[in-house]
Amino acid sequence: MTQAGRTRTPWLYLLPTVAVLAPLFGYPIYMLGLLSVFDYRQAQVSGGEPTTFIGFGNYATLFGDPRFWSILGQTVVFAAVLVIVTLAVGAALAVVLTRAGHWPRLLLSLAAMAAWAAPAMTGSTVWMFLFDADLGLVNQVLGIDGFNWFYDRWVTFGVVGATVVWHSFPLVMVMLFAGIQAIPVSVREAAALDGASEWQSFWRIIVPMLRPLITIVVIQSIIWDFKIFTQIYVMTNGGGIAGQNSVLNVYAYQTAFGSSEYGLGSAIGVVMTLILLVVTLFYIRALHRTGEKL
Amino acid sequence: MRRPVADVVAVVTAFVTFFPIYWMVLSALKPAGEIQSLDARPWTLAPTFEHFQRVLTGENFSRYFLNSLFVALTVVVLSALVAFLAAVAVTRFTFRFRTTVLIMFLVAQMVPVEALTIPLFFLIRDLGTAVPGVGLNTLGALVLVHLAFSLPFAIWMMRGFVAAVPEALEEAAMIDGAGRATILWRVIFPLVAPGLVATSVFSFITAWNDFIFARTFIISAKDNQTLPAALLVFFKPDENDWGGIMAASTLMTIPVLIFFIAVQRRLIAGLGGAIKD
Repeated sequence: MTQAGRTRTPWLYLLPTVAVLAPLFGYPIYMLGLLSVFDYRQAQVSGGEPTTFIGFGNYATLFGDPRFWSILGQTVVFAAVLVIVTLAVGAALAVVLTRAGHWPRLLLSLAAMAAWAAPAMTGSTVWMFLFDADLGLVNQVLGIDGFNWFYDRWVTFGVVGATVVWHSFPLVMVMLFAGIQAIPVSVREAAALDGASEWQSFWRIIVPMLRPLITIVVIQSIIWDFKIFTQIYVMTNGGGIAGQNSVLNVYAYQTAFGSSEYGLGSAIGVVMTLILLVVTLFYIRALHRTGEKL
Repeated sequence: MRRPVADVVAVVTAFVTFFPIYWMVLSALKPAGEIQSLDARPWTLAPTFEHFQRVLTGENFSRYFLNSLFVALTVVVLSALVAFLAAVAVTRFTFRFRTTVLIMFLVAQMVPVEALTIPLFFLIRDLGTAVPGVGLNTLGALVLVHLAFSLPFAIWMMRGFVAAVPEALEEAAMIDGAGRATILWRVIFPLVAPGLVATSVFSFITAWNDFIFARTFIISAKDNQTLPAALLVFFKPDENDWGGIMAASTLMTIPVLIFFIAVQRRLIAGLGGAIKD
């Protein structure tokens, strides 16, 4: 093949990808940024009023609104707790998997697989039913008939968080299990011979050896948990009582489509994207450290 | 930790983890009287298909089910082909901007897709006036956005599978006089087909589980609604129809579960490749 042919071929293969991603991914991102600097509400959408450029007006409105800061705060706290719990549960169960016999291991793997596969939507409906005030199993078992789990802000976040963790721990468990299996048995045996306890060998051997993998799992989890949408939207009916359970993603959506403040909603989307971009930079650095060849 | 302890923990966790799924299927099969009962039992002696029947006959549910299936399968096929070509490009060739392209695929995975519904809503609205079949209220619009959002991850994951094909095979084919196209479709494609299936699960799930785009784009065309939005029909302000909700949820979960179990081995191998190869 000629030199020109070799340089053209990869782009030929990338052409369908570019044809899909440029208009449907790249352009909307550009448009999100553009909308965020315009006064764009229902009146402008229907053509009743002209669209006006307002620079950082939407951002000024946003940053001056205490509600934005409180939602940003609870988004960060909610995501942080989710990441920690998911990781703790996933790591603990990964260790359990390495110790368990064949059948218990298979059983747990299959159950985790089922929780992982269940769509976020159906996971949400089932957990809602389990925690229903009158007919829910949880209230009947605990003997607290009529207790509403979706009334208090933090109790609600707790139930939604449990649903999210149920959904996301399996992946963390499987990845860490694969990582632990890759550690030579001799290393763990040597530690056991030297009298290291389970706890010690976890923190002194497994964690340091798996640090690159753990970093990647943590960052992936941050990215996912920061973007939680379906569970919040479905379980709290669009953000809870007076929007008390809103997170940034839901807030952006509700601002745009609920209140027809498309410009302001876009500004929230831009803020979110920028935060996630910073997290992604750490992710790319972590990938480089593991020796990933890009 | 001793092995018996680990066994017990594993079995108990498996039970707890699986319980919500069990409860969903059980409740779907319980007669209405037992669901309303304030003394819920973890079994039923009188299983019934009445909820499934109600769900499947009323409220257009089977139509929504087929709509979801159509969107998801179309996305799977298109995404597999497009991702395969792109994965070959970034693993088998060295070219300028290759690293940049790869990093863009990675960055695309973190973009909060939900926020993009805002510009996409207007884009799809305008597109619909120019091209029939892909505007608001159409399934074509859903196919397009899910194709776009499943591609970056699919390419990233396919990369590992393509890289695993020994280059010697291609060289041998080339010596035998095979052209680029033959090598691509007759040599590489069959070898990465298993990986393509594993990757497809994620494209399928992206499209199948979607809630927000269906809700945003399908406004007035009731016939083009998909499953998640249809599920919400059973939520009533005063009293939720839990039997119907659980039956509908079961129907929505089963296809994904089957898909998952069928490819689970390759899935884990593929994720290893996607995250660290």
